[in-house]
Amino acid sequence: MGESVLPGEAPVEQSAASHLTDPVFLDDLRRQMLKFAVLQLDNEVQAEDAVQEALIGALKNVASFERKAALKTWVFAILKHKITDLLRYRQRWVDVEKPSDSADDETLPSVFDTRGFWHQEDRPNRWAQPVEAIDDAHFWRVFEVCLEDLPPAQGRVFMMREFIELDSDEICQSIDISASNLHVLLHRARLRLRRCLEEHWFCEEAAS
Amino acid sequence: MMNCEQATRLMSDGRERDLTIRERAAIKMHNLLCVGCRNFNVQVHDLGRIARRYAKEQGEETTNSIRDSTGPSSKE
Repeated sequence: MGESVLPGEAPVEQSAASHLTDPVFLDDLRRQMLKFAVLQLDNEVQAEDAVQEALIGALKNVASFERKAALKTWVFAILKHKITDLLRYRQRWVDVEKPSDSADDETLPSVFDTRGFWHQEDRPNRWAQPVEAIDDAHFWRVFEVCLEDLPPAQGRVFMMREFIELDSDEICQSIDISASNLHVLLHRARLRLRRCLEEHWFCEEAAS
Repeated sequence: MMNCEQATRLMSDGRERDLTIRERAAIKMHNLLCVGCRNFNVQVHDLGRIARRYAKEQGEETTNSIRDSTGPSSKE
């Protein structure tokens, strides 16, 4: 991802169509999309299909995209829609892998003492860098690692809620859990994520 | 008074539903005395903004690495 993919004399602005025939870009894009789709769908086959369809959809309408960033954002938007459709469709199926009561199985990160107050070392510190100012590729790798580190049910609902931006009702319906279970999962996901980011990113920032 | 576990749960719920006046007041009271939860209350929204920027930044990251390797781009 960090390595240069174009020789120095190549034009900076390529057409979007040529991006989609650039094997390095395409491999990279596909890998990121797949990672995202697997996290959401928890099913490799469906994830592969969704990514494939999103890429085909992108190829059909590629002419209007002149920058890779715009293209990529747009391909991800298509993928989001595919995933949303799949998740909505699933709720009509028998709930084979329904995670309904899993909220109770997943232990709260041990950031609180027995009285429910922060352990000293786990108390949130102020993040020195405003989120809007983050401009570092490394941060997004840290974020990915932290996401993958979440228990799967927590990671999935967090991304459905905050990335795909489904509202609570839609999430509850699509994966068939109660609102209170969802809120428990989100609370735990947020506690873990923020701790992970602080430990691996914001803390280093403060120290440097 | 609420403990931090309860306070952070309410702050997290605040992104999912409208909190009651009573709940909001309880959070305010708690946060007056608790710097950790005060920070959590900011970060809970930061996490949402981070997630939202995630795919977008992924795209820009690629563009930047290309730009870095090819010299400054004249076009934004």
